[in-house]
Amino acid sequence: MAKANKKIRLATAWLGGCSGCHMSFLDLDELLIDLAEQVEIVYGPLVDAKKFPKDVDLCLVEGAVTNVENLELARQIRSNSKLVISFGDCAVTGNVTSMRNRIPVKDLLTAVYHEAQAPIGAESLKVLPALLKKALPLHQVITVDVYLPGCPPDPERIAATLTALLEGREVNLEPQMRTFG
Amino acid sequence: MPVITLTINDELVSARTGQSILEATRDHGIQIPTLCHLDGLSTRGGCRLCLVEVAGSSRLLPACTTEATEGMVVTTHNDKIDRYRKMILELTFAERNHTCAVCVSNEHCELQTLAAELGMDHVRYDYLNPELDMDTSHERFGVDHNRCLLCLRCVRVCDEVEGAHTWDVKGRGINSRVITDLNCPWGQSESCTECGKCVEVCPTGALFDKGVAVGEMKKEARFLRRILDGREKNQWRR
Repeated sequence: MAKANKKIRLATAWLGGCSGCHMSFLDLDELLIDLAEQVEIVYGPLVDAKKFPKDVDLCLVEGAVTNVENLELARQIRSNSKLVISFGDCAVTGNVTSMRNRIPVKDLLTAVYHEAQAPIGAESLKVLPALLKKALPLHQVITVDVYLPGCPPDPERIAATLTALLEGREVNLEPQMRTFG
Repeated sequence: MPVITLTINDELVSARTGQSILEATRDHGIQIPTLCHLDGLSTRGGCRLCLVEVAGSSRLLPACTTEATEGMVVTTHNDKIDRYRKMILELTFAERNHTCAVCVSNEHCELQTLAAELGMDHVRYDYLNPELDMDTSHERFGVDHNRCLLCLRCVRVCDEVEGAHTWDVKGRGINSRVITDLNCPWGQSESCTECGKCVEVCPTGALFDKGVAVGEMKKEARFLRRILDGREKNQWRR
């Protein structure tokens, strides 16, 4: 009995993206209250957890895999989550994050950290995680179970996807709810 | 008019001699996805989305360029065909930089709509991320090769309807690009009449009106039917 009442462990992750997908998640508004009764958010920008926990049921992953830190987290997510959801266009396609892919990383860093007049300069490169050669969609790095497209996915899509998953159904969004962009 | 009989999706249907499989199926209310095809323009068979199964042929055949013949047995939808269509869309997305979220045609794009309709929810292939440029030298229009899928509707409408033949193609295969005149900037083209037909028939955000922001480029290709009916049925003669 105690097991049946156990809350579903939901994690969210923010890789190479703008956090717009997480904003859209918060736009679920009153549905968040219903959701709070069914799930416990165990990791992500919305809660204070330093390490990706074990035994996660669902993980929404926003953003493309663009640096070594993203890559490491993506692997941790996969080894500790039952279902991984590519959450939004950057995770699904690379989207805006991958627009840098045609520029060599060295040129990119030179332009942004060495040549640009910016408050953050070249010294930060010592501590920032190294960029991968290309920003990659999540499924090119780990196995993904569900794709939730949109930039950002609007709350209706998120609601439809989460409701289906929480009820143990297969996610089957209507065509107009699964467009990119 | 000579009539033929063929089988489409296990149903006997009649068609006119000379009709393509695509025309015959559409006459019977069966929808086959298309991208390079546009009613009123010549057929090209370039996008391959209209591939169908024809009994006796080991390969799938494009419905738009294959003539319907007596006794033909055609299947328009099954798992294999659906799989191929999805694959074609994935390859199209992987070949250039279709970043829907920041495209002028976001939410009004035929490629984007088809991907959603056919259930292409991700691309299994490596994105090529080619280095492609834009030409905004024309006063009113722009071309963004990142979004072009080489359907060549622009080439056909310019040649066949406007009669200017400003657009053509350079290069081969993956290096193909649509060009204006002899590959001069669009703004310097002497043949372009600035009619804008190419922009209106373009299925994606590759051709656009200058000044539109993300998602603002809405296109309307219905003018084509009006012009062609007027021309073919002599509607403009007094």
